[in-house]
Amino acid sequence: MTKIGLEIHCQLTKLESKLFCSCKADYRSLDINTNICPVCIGLPGSLPLLNKNAVEKAAMISIALGCKTPPKIAFFRKNYFYPDLPKNFQITQYNAYGPTSIGSDGKVLIEDKEIRVRRIQLEEDPGRLVYEGTSEKTLLTLIDYNRAGTPLVEIVTEPDFETPKQVRLFLNVLADLVENLGVSDPSLEGALRVDGNISIDKGNRVEIKNVGSFKDIEKALHFEITRQQSLAERGIPIPAETRHWDEARKITVSARSKEEEQDYRYFLEADIPWVLIDSSVIDKLKKNMPESIYSKKERYIKKYGIPLQVAEVLSSDKFYSDLFEQAHNEKNAKEIANIITTDLKGFADTKEQREQLKLTPKHLADLADAIMNNIITRNSGKLALQEIVKSGKPLSEIISSLDLGHVDDKSSLSKIIDDVFSEEEKAVSEAKLNPDTINYLVGKVMRKTKGKADPALTLDIIKKKLDSK
Amino acid sequence: MNLGITATQYLEQIKNGSLTVEEFISKTMERINKVEPSIHAYISLNNDAISQAKQIDKKLKAKENVGSCLGMPISIKDNICTKGMKTTCASKMLENFVAPYDATVISNLKSQDAIIIGKTNLDEFAMGISTEFSYFGPSRNPWNTDYVPGGSSGGSAVSVSALECIASLGSDTGGSVRNPASFCSVVGLKPTYGLVSRYGLISYANSIEQVGPMARTVEDTAFILNIISGIDQHDNTTIDKGKVDYTKELDVGVEGKRIGIISEMIGEGVDKQVAAATSKAISKLQTLGAECNEVSLDSVKFSVATYYTIAATEAGSNLARYDNIRYGFDFDVEGYEFNAYISKARKNFGPEVTRRMILGSFVPSAGYVGKYFLKALKVRSKIKSEIEQAFKKFDLLIAPTSPVLPFKIGEKVDDPLSLYLLDINTIVANLSGIPAISIPYEMTNGLPIGIQFFANSMQEKTLLQAAYALEKTTNLPGVPI
Repeated sequence: MTKIGLEIHCQLTKLESKLFCSCKADYRSLDINTNICPVCIGLPGSLPLLNKNAVEKAAMISIALGCKTPPKIAFFRKNYFYPDLPKNFQITQYNAYGPTSIGSDGKVLIEDKEIRVRRIQLEEDPGRLVYEGTSEKTLLTLIDYNRAGTPLVEIVTEPDFETPKQVRLFLNVLADLVENLGVSDPSLEGALRVDGNISIDKGNRVEIKNVGSFKDIEKALHFEITRQQSLAERGIPIPAETRHWDEARKITVSARSKEEEQDYRYFLEADIPWVLIDSSVIDKLKKNMPESIYSKKERYIKKYGIPLQVAEVLSSDKFYSDLFEQAHNEKNAKEIANIITTDLKGFADTKEQREQLKLTPKHLADLADAIMNNIITRNSGKLALQEIVKSGKPLSEIISSLDLGHVDDKSSLSKIIDDVFSEEEKAVSEAKLNPDTINYLVGKVMRKTKGKADPALTLDIIKKKLDSK
Repeated sequence: MNLGITATQYLEQIKNGSLTVEEFISKTMERINKVEPSIHAYISLNNDAISQAKQIDKKLKAKENVGSCLGMPISIKDNICTKGMKTTCASKMLENFVAPYDATVISNLKSQDAIIIGKTNLDEFAMGISTEFSYFGPSRNPWNTDYVPGGSSGGSAVSVSALECIASLGSDTGGSVRNPASFCSVVGLKPTYGLVSRYGLISYANSIEQVGPMARTVEDTAFILNIISGIDQHDNTTIDKGKVDYTKELDVGVEGKRIGIISEMIGEGVDKQVAAATSKAISKLQTLGAECNEVSLDSVKFSVATYYTIAATEAGSNLARYDNIRYGFDFDVEGYEFNAYISKARKNFGPEVTRRMILGSFVPSAGYVGKYFLKALKVRSKIKSEIEQAFKKFDLLIAPTSPVLPFKIGEKVDDPLSLYLLDINTIVANLSGIPAISIPYEMTNGLPIGIQFFANSMQEKTLLQAAYALEKTTNLPGVPI
């Protein structure tokens, strides 16, 4: 049986400052080595000052993943030499002497499969190494400490995944979850990073590191399963080792360094006193936490009668659900949900599209109301939306400038239908025999009216005309 | 001019105009230049001291607000960061390191218009008890320059004792303020862990160390403690206990005070003259009305092993950052792979630091952590609870600061274990976090003997009061140099 466990690192990108100093947590747009101070580059004499907001945000993730939070948490030093680590130790959390990390023993359901979360810990991100060429063959390693000290939450699962697909689903849920909590923007490069552990049958555990993106972890795991199976079939033992994902060649490569033999000499970080997390703090966080994706979904279904699939799409995407929350009222909720999940998709899938989007919640409400009040048809609504996302003009203006007004006056519609009938004699006689082909005629009318004709009324008139023929 | 005046006297004389800051600082500088070749208290001096003195005189003349130190010259152990001045830790690793910021204790002193007169010598990274392990060479005891001044804050003790400043800041990880205070006949205080900010103190064993004042009198020590103590937003381990004036009510005496004599610190291994001086101090306290009784602290016998295990583990981690990548000394990186570079760079630590780095990577390592490091943590808790118990029965504890008299330079330098054992009387305060003070008590054959008091956590006031009472019974000679 294949067993897969994950170690996920999630940066708390929504924080103002780093974990132990006041440098910016958002280091991405800054010049190299400008977002640094004595604390985050570990100058002699500097001391870490714990960012209490980071503890709160990490606790929110822990609560959302169903973890237990101990009454007090501690920080530990993980000691190892590496050039991206300014102090040559990382301040992190450690549960070997009892649960003192921000969370442990949680669980998440993925398609009825329970994935246990072993622990969640808050720690500092190291700096960033830039190699000349590849890390194996570099002549020059440059270090940018802008990232050093960025708050990082490590989430470690039990080896409960059986397929790479479950891993992908879990990661999607997790990405949606941290975004929904408002603690991290998973779309930022390096904000969410994954290492995997995988073993097949009774084989040794292989660690996969250096996987750049979510999509690649699934590929890397597939590759590993195939590789390990083919070794097993030939009776070759699978060595316990760390392998790196080679993004270019789409394979895993054995990491020659003996990373698993590292002795990190963990011990308590005395510069940061224990942090008491009493139950009232947790209760307060729970109360003030954004509504969970699951609860949103349930509410959409129960309160507004939104279909399950629409509710799922809407609730899991914070951008969409925020739009929905701001736009809807009791009456138009279902229509707005529809517009967002069918028509808006395509215009607002990527981050860039979302940034350029001119659409406001008011647009959505106006659009839904116009459709529901028969001012425009659904089809015209689509055209209007296309224009809104680009120009941001008010709906009324767009309706008149694009001439999207509804054709619901019987006599003009009747005239158009007569024209269609004379052009499509063959189809008309066919429709008289076989009512299933009426839709072809409806389509012709729609095309002639550029989608403005009321579909129900059109069908009604066509039927009457066919009957009287 | 008398450079041997106390801080209190200095402040009086400046206030009444019989002395100017510039006069005092210039004379101090002259004195430093004269005696330094024979005692080597300083690693570097403040070249702006005289112009800073002139500034303060100017402000005084104009009746502007001047901080409570009124330009008093204070020396600083060279492991406490001072903006714009080198902070070397007496190590080649930081030979040219200039911190871009002041330690909190330094900004406190500066805001009170103290003049940082210079940076004092120490055992490399504060690891030692003799100041012989300095990259810049040893300091010498002003009472007899063939002898060590104690350590690791040896330079600070020498500078105070030899009248090269009025007071000094040292740091005390296992006795590093109190031991040299005892060896050089000055007062040295290790405050409660968390009373004084460690921001800017270059860490050696960060769970147990504190910055501590050193001065020629208990009152002066209290005056400096007033300035450097208190909660600090740059150090999460500082404790808020409101503002206390330690110079007030110093003279309440010891009548009715219950003083415990720590049995394990006066028996075996203690020099006869040291033991005799201690007994004399105890009977003096009894005549002053204190109740003195022996108390046994069973875990003291494990304290040296415990201390070296914990301190080395923390040191191994705290000193890991000295890889010569972000700062350090000139070193051509060409052709080195990362690990080789680090190993080569770190060979520049001196012998004592290297020893503790090796010990510090061994005792917490997988396979040995249970046998050594975790056991040491257990003993540490046991020491804490024994101390807690003792303070249910006593207000103060007393013992000699050092079991032995100052020894000759070079005498023990090749025998690290015998040096480690000399910490036995001081390290319980660090392992349990309580405050302790050493005061000069006697001279024997021209060498000083210090007496040490311990008080319960945050009871610095009680501690200083007892030290003040005993100090008044002494009559000690002036420094010969």
